[in-house]
Amino acid sequence: MENNMEDCWELAGHKFHSRFILGSGKYSLKLIEAAVKDAGTEIVTLAVRRANTQDKENILDYIPKQVTLLPNTSGARNAEEAVRIARLARAMGCGDFVKIEIMRDSKYLLPDNSETIKATEILAKEGFVVLPYMYPDLNVARDLVSAGAAAVMPLAAPIGSNKGLATKEFIQILIDEIDLPIIVDAGIGAPSQACEAMEMGAAAIMANTALATAGNLPLMAAAFKEAIAAGRKAYLSGLGRVLVRGAEASDPLTGFLHD
Amino acid sequence: MVTINGKAEQAAGRSIAAWLEAAGYGGRMIAVEYNGEIISAAQYPQVILHDGDVVEIVCFMGGG
Repeated sequence: MENNMEDCWELAGHKFHSRFILGSGKYSLKLIEAAVKDAGTEIVTLAVRRANTQDKENILDYIPKQVTLLPNTSGARNAEEAVRIARLARAMGCGDFVKIEIMRDSKYLLPDNSETIKATEILAKEGFVVLPYMYPDLNVARDLVSAGAAAVMPLAAPIGSNKGLATKEFIQILIDEIDLPIIVDAGIGAPSQACEAMEMGAAAIMANTALATAGNLPLMAAAFKEAIAAGRKAYLSGLGRVLVRGAEASDPLTGFLHD
Repeated sequence: MVTINGKAEQAAGRSIAAWLEAAGYGGRMIAVEYNGEIISAAQYPQVILHDGDVVEIVCFMGGG
């Protein structure tokens, strides 16, 4: 930033500079380190699953130590299951952060907002830094604030769809009305879409599939990093106005050669 | 039989620590739920498995 002002954001008192939260699903462990580095990310999401002894490799060996781990509760179908997964994640000793993800629908993978509020309340009381993934609804977002969420994570489009800001109008309402960081999660498929969400005033972007399905994952991570930084600067600047109709010259209106 | 991660295992009479070591979980970053309660690593040697017990062993994997 100019004038040396730090442009950072916070989750429950933890300060972050990067506004890009990276998912670690659906790609090779060997690419994670490069993705984290090229994305400049400080937060990486993980899933909690039954362990087996066939997988010899530990994903944590591929994530730089300074990165904050954000386990999700994927697989949870209700608040009770999400709370169970969050507690197990914390028992692994990698911090108190949790992304609540509760779905009862395996076709569209839409979050269950009411169960998400219940899980947020329970886990926030237990000292977790709770980041609930939700369908963008202002009333639900307000309930999540009351329940003790550290941020709100509205979906842009169905998970894994790469369709972009399908819920743009409703995310904007959350950004305008909710006093917590709004992290746009799910559906962001291209850097231009991440940039647009940042221009709207989102605090951060979370992406996984956009990178996992890209031609060159580390290169796409770098592209997202630049797009998110560009969108953030545009938001801080304030976008230029849009004319309702007509045109307005950018050039002087005097001194024409035909005068 | 003890149900471990959904599978019936001949584990009764052994401690969780002994079972984990024999199964190849030694040194792995895992969390263990024993009959619905999360137990700490310090408790693994003290908890003796019985027939009918249900154990879940979880770890982190890639995810969004």
